[in-house]
Amino acid sequence: MSIDATESDAEGVEVAEPEPEPGVAFTVNGVEYRAEPGRNLIDACEDVGAYIPRFCYHPRMKPVGMCRMCLVEVDTGRGMGLQPSCMLTVSEGMVVDTESEVTKKAQDGVLELLLINHPLDCPVCDKGGECPLQDQTMSYGPGESRFVEEKRHYEKPIPISDTVYLDRERCILCDRCTRFAKEVAGDPLIHFMDRGNQTQVNTFPDDPFSSYFSGNTVQICPVGALTAKPYRFKARPWDLNEIETTYPNPMGDRVTIQSSRNEVLRYLGVDSDAVNWSWLADRDRFSFEATMHDERLTTPLVRGDGLGNASADGAELVATTWSAALARVVEALEDANNNAGPSSVAVIGGARLTNEAQYAWARLAKGVIGTDNVDAQLADGLPGDVVASLPRTTIGDACAPGSTVVLLSGDPKEELGTLYLRLRHACVEDGVKLIELTPNETGLTRYASQSIRVRPGDIGAVAAAITGAEGANLDKAIGAVTVKELEALAAAVSGSERITVIAGRTSMADHAALTVEAINAFAALDNTAFLPGLRRGNINGAVDMGLSPELLPGRTSLGAAGAWYREHWGQVPGQAGLDTTGILGAAATGRIAVLFLLGADPLTDFPDPELARQALDRADVVIAIDPFINASAAAAADVVLPAAAFGEVDGSHTNLEGRISPIRQKVTPPGTARPDWMIAAELAMRLGKDMGFVSVEEIADEIAAVSPLHAEADAAAIDAAPDGLVMPLTEDPSRPTRFAWSDLGAPDEPASYDSYSYRLVVDRTMYDMGTQTAHCQSIDQLAPDGVVRINSHEASRLGIGGGARVRLSSKRASVECNVSVDDRIARGTAAVAHNHPGLDVRSLIEMGDPVTDVRIETV
Amino acid sequence: MAVEKIVTRRFDNLKAHELDEYVATGGYEGLRRALSMSPSEVHDEVRTASLLGRGGAGFPAGVKWGFCPPNVWPRYLVVNGDESEPGTYKDRQLLERDPHQVIEGCLITCYAVGLTQCFLYVRGEMAHAQERIAKALNEAYAAGYVGKNILGSDFSVDVVLHWGAGAYIVGEETALIESLEGNRGMPRLKPPFFPAAVGLYGQPTIVNNVETMANIPWIVERGGDAFAAMGAENSKGTRVFAVSGHVNKPGVYEVEFGTTTFRDIIMGDEYAGGMRDGKALKGFVPGGASAPWFFEEHLDLPLEKVAVDQAGSMLGSGAIVVMDEDTDMVKACHNLVRFFARESCGKCTPCREGTTWLERILSRIIAGQGRPSDLSLLMEVSENISPGIAWPPRQTTICPLGPSAVSPIASALERFRNEFEDYITLSDRRVIPVGAA
Repeated sequence: MSIDATESDAEGVEVAEPEPEPGVAFTVNGVEYRAEPGRNLIDACEDVGAYIPRFCYHPRMKPVGMCRMCLVEVDTGRGMGLQPSCMLTVSEGMVVDTESEVTKKAQDGVLELLLINHPLDCPVCDKGGECPLQDQTMSYGPGESRFVEEKRHYEKPIPISDTVYLDRERCILCDRCTRFAKEVAGDPLIHFMDRGNQTQVNTFPDDPFSSYFSGNTVQICPVGALTAKPYRFKARPWDLNEIETTYPNPMGDRVTIQSSRNEVLRYLGVDSDAVNWSWLADRDRFSFEATMHDERLTTPLVRGDGLGNASADGAELVATTWSAALARVVEALEDANNNAGPSSVAVIGGARLTNEAQYAWARLAKGVIGTDNVDAQLADGLPGDVVASLPRTTIGDACAPGSTVVLLSGDPKEELGTLYLRLRHACVEDGVKLIELTPNETGLTRYASQSIRVRPGDIGAVAAAITGAEGANLDKAIGAVTVKELEALAAAVSGSERITVIAGRTSMADHAALTVEAINAFAALDNTAFLPGLRRGNINGAVDMGLSPELLPGRTSLGAAGAWYREHWGQVPGQAGLDTTGILGAAATGRIAVLFLLGADPLTDFPDPELARQALDRADVVIAIDPFINASAAAAADVVLPAAAFGEVDGSHTNLEGRISPIRQKVTPPGTARPDWMIAAELAMRLGKDMGFVSVEEIADEIAAVSPLHAEADAAAIDAAPDGLVMPLTEDPSRPTRFAWSDLGAPDEPASYDSYSYRLVVDRTMYDMGTQTAHCQSIDQLAPDGVVRINSHEASRLGIGGGARVRLSSKRASVECNVSVDDRIARGTAAVAHNHPGLDVRSLIEMGDPVTDVRIETV
Repeated sequence: MAVEKIVTRRFDNLKAHELDEYVATGGYEGLRRALSMSPSEVHDEVRTASLLGRGGAGFPAGVKWGFCPPNVWPRYLVVNGDESEPGTYKDRQLLERDPHQVIEGCLITCYAVGLTQCFLYVRGEMAHAQERIAKALNEAYAAGYVGKNILGSDFSVDVVLHWGAGAYIVGEETALIESLEGNRGMPRLKPPFFPAAVGLYGQPTIVNNVETMANIPWIVERGGDAFAAMGAENSKGTRVFAVSGHVNKPGVYEVEFGTTTFRDIIMGDEYAGGMRDGKALKGFVPGGASAPWFFEEHLDLPLEKVAVDQAGSMLGSGAIVVMDEDTDMVKACHNLVRFFARESCGKCTPCREGTTWLERILSRIIAGQGRPSDLSLLMEVSENISPGIAWPPRQTTICPLGPSAVSPIASALERFRNEFEDYITLSDRRVIPVGAA
């Protein structure tokens, strides 16, 4: 965007041939400026300091010109006339007067009309104090109302979803929320109804605004018509203070935390061009309730008896001091080191942490304790070395016109809300081609140019065939994918200019190696880059910081960078350690003495709960570090250390692009809860191996100094880049090399398919019983009851309907559950969402098998 | 004064809506002739005829047809049969009495402009017209006049009949397109949505009125020159007017365009036959409810676009509503304003809020609750909808519906201010004295 005032040369003075200036010339209030061609007039005027009032216009949605507040006098060559400035683009020679009598009168008139039916309940309105209508009433319109009739009345407010209330009396019918629902979220569940003066926004009966993104409408409402249940009547805007930060989800959404009296009251989306465009998923927007939850841990806990006395074999967790708790941990670590060596220590988790805390823990584990048994994932993602080696791209490039996106992951609408919004926009508005290779339909299927149902187990062969891998051919069907579909896919892939593969896991019930095969096939193409589709917090930061077996900070390995880090850290593990599956296996056979659960809950999240239970039972000392007590900690933790949560810590975050953006502290942690990095630093000090940093900034600077990925990303650089720094900024030849892509093994044989059985897909939904969501009062009831979903064809084949009770049996176990008929599920597939109330199908999964087949019998 | 009728020539034949009768009386001859010419020759005939659009704006049809950007396909014809302006009922008669003539006009238009498909949008409330046009379309399809390879030529076109759901605003062409697409009938903004460039489904679209279409077969059969030979300099051919109100013979009359006067059509024996019960004329609406009112002194104006425009009103949709001396002009004004307030789609603020406010002020005045300040308030609210209350109107609204509500207020207040004042000051006054003069 370049707009500069151009000074006209004095008449008669000879000037050199003028450089053709970029953009088009237009005049605002008598001064000539230049603007980018195609720039919306309302924005172009604002760029040059002539703010035009508006209600319906929103820069992230298509203009509709409905509220008429932005009327200005414009001359495009046919004389001055009133035109809505949001509906015009700047053109050469356009003359605009935003301050003329005619303009003022029109704007005053519109404002008076908007106010005649608007209730003046500002004192009890959440929006009062930050209300565009209130603010513009100060600047425009008559000071008093000439409307003596009775105002329009509606029942107020009415819930239109579980989290959003609608007050139709306050609504000025600007179409922002309804446009958002239709254009941005793709959930057109709120509409205009009736007409004329009786026009109202509403939902159809029994069809609530159950969008994962409904909270955004509250943020963009220019009046107090839409209010959010978690914030209603909690604060007055002038009592809030705020800080801009990065939400710790894999997208790294930019948000503002607003708080009052050390209490977080609201998150608002920030319009970051690179990432979330001001949108947030409701699960994230309303998650501040968990931060403020009564059950937050405020003090360290150790095992004790019912009277609160510490005792190693006690059945309860009892409060203790930090020094006692840390002494217990240090004692356990020293015992482990003396008895079985450092490899008897393991760390699971860490995706919840900031980059700096992850680095501190990676260094504690690998450089201080000396174990490589570290894994931030719970066997539900992709191997760390695969993630570290993926050639990356940015969301902006993936969503730019001319791009092709291949979806090899779970449903972005369920797992990565704002990525779904970006991809949807790219498909609908920018003509980006989306190719879905997923077992079932996703929230993006409607917008995909090709959406092919690939049964779990077949993905590697399908990817090989359509990318033209050596030895692969298109002349026979692969599972459910026909020759015709394969040919169309191959043509789409070979005809693509740039391909972005969103690589993640579509199901917990198949083996990660299958997805890796498909990644291998795409990585062999020279125009392909990746975005990891992992769903857990700062998981991308965890991989980059080395919280994964064999990895060291900066996407490098023990082999490539062991010597470098030994020099900086004093030591590194001699050989590669275990991933979570390996750690739990070792623990179950008594080979792990100290197990750290760094915000991890293997009992709930690990695909094999029986193995997780045995491991927790057999590990000598289990130490949980978390803001809450989760199921694993309650069952097995010997020591629980209270961690500070998002909003209570400083640091940085890495998103799926490798974009590092700042995380800022807004409130103080409850009780004595501490930032995770501080716990690592203190443990190192107590072990006699001080890591030498005493602040987040010092850790960030150390990362910038040692990591091959993070050169120049020191604390000051991160702080100065609200939109983030995309790693790597530079290549420093003196540092170790980073992982490069290499083919990670030969494909497995596609699994055979028994026509009597169903292939099991265990997927994820936006709302589940995850620790954070479970502690948000407004959304904790939104996880639907667990069911098995099959399509209507399969339901009629089985002679059952929705609600029928069935038994799902694999070769390993069987569970009973209800059926839901859902035509987004492919034929021959049974889908179950993980971590929903009343149904846990993980016992059906044999880890290590490529896929899981189940039979469905009525009971 | 009698002139050859064009579009109502079969109105006396009560079987003209049937295909056989239509063909027997020269029907589909225009189509046959058109197919023997090149599309551009057909287009030229219509250009020569200087046929003005009969929907209200009076834009030359031949020129409009030329606005389609070249080589953009598909492109559509949308025929606006959502006739809902109070007092207007000419299109309904054309659709009920001679539906094939309209269909024939559509086919010729599609041929001339190279349009891919025709959508015939018929107002929701016009059940009889819907029945007739649906039956006529079925007959025409069966007889090979519509569909594939029409009359053995390589010209093919489908005509889709669409029934409205009952909203006045859908008579506005962009709202009609929204409605056809399955959305709420709310107008689009021009620019960028000029239908000829960005219309139905985002494609170039010609939107024409039913009466315009009904003129096409005659023009092609008899030649554009023959059409242009009728009427006045700027208003060629004939035009159909619907006269209603306090006259002896309300009805639909086809007159030579531009030469007939209001006096002829209101007072003439062959037309509306004069004022009912010999009452005096108090005023009349010359071109549908949106048009500023005319009075006694305008009676000798010709029914001609330019003359009427210059006199400060419009011929609009061809509805003449006559009010006699007993008419309560405050109530007449309220009646019209109430119509527009109810029919406002609710999309833009000035119309949604302003028209209803105007209606409520008028209701209050009629209920005896008026305030002296209300008369200036009426004008000021009107100003916020239609700055300057000028003619032709300027608007702060998206479409002309808002300013339409201002027309009767401006007309009534200017001429009959005393009646408003009486309502406000004489609290017991509910009826206008008979023979006020």
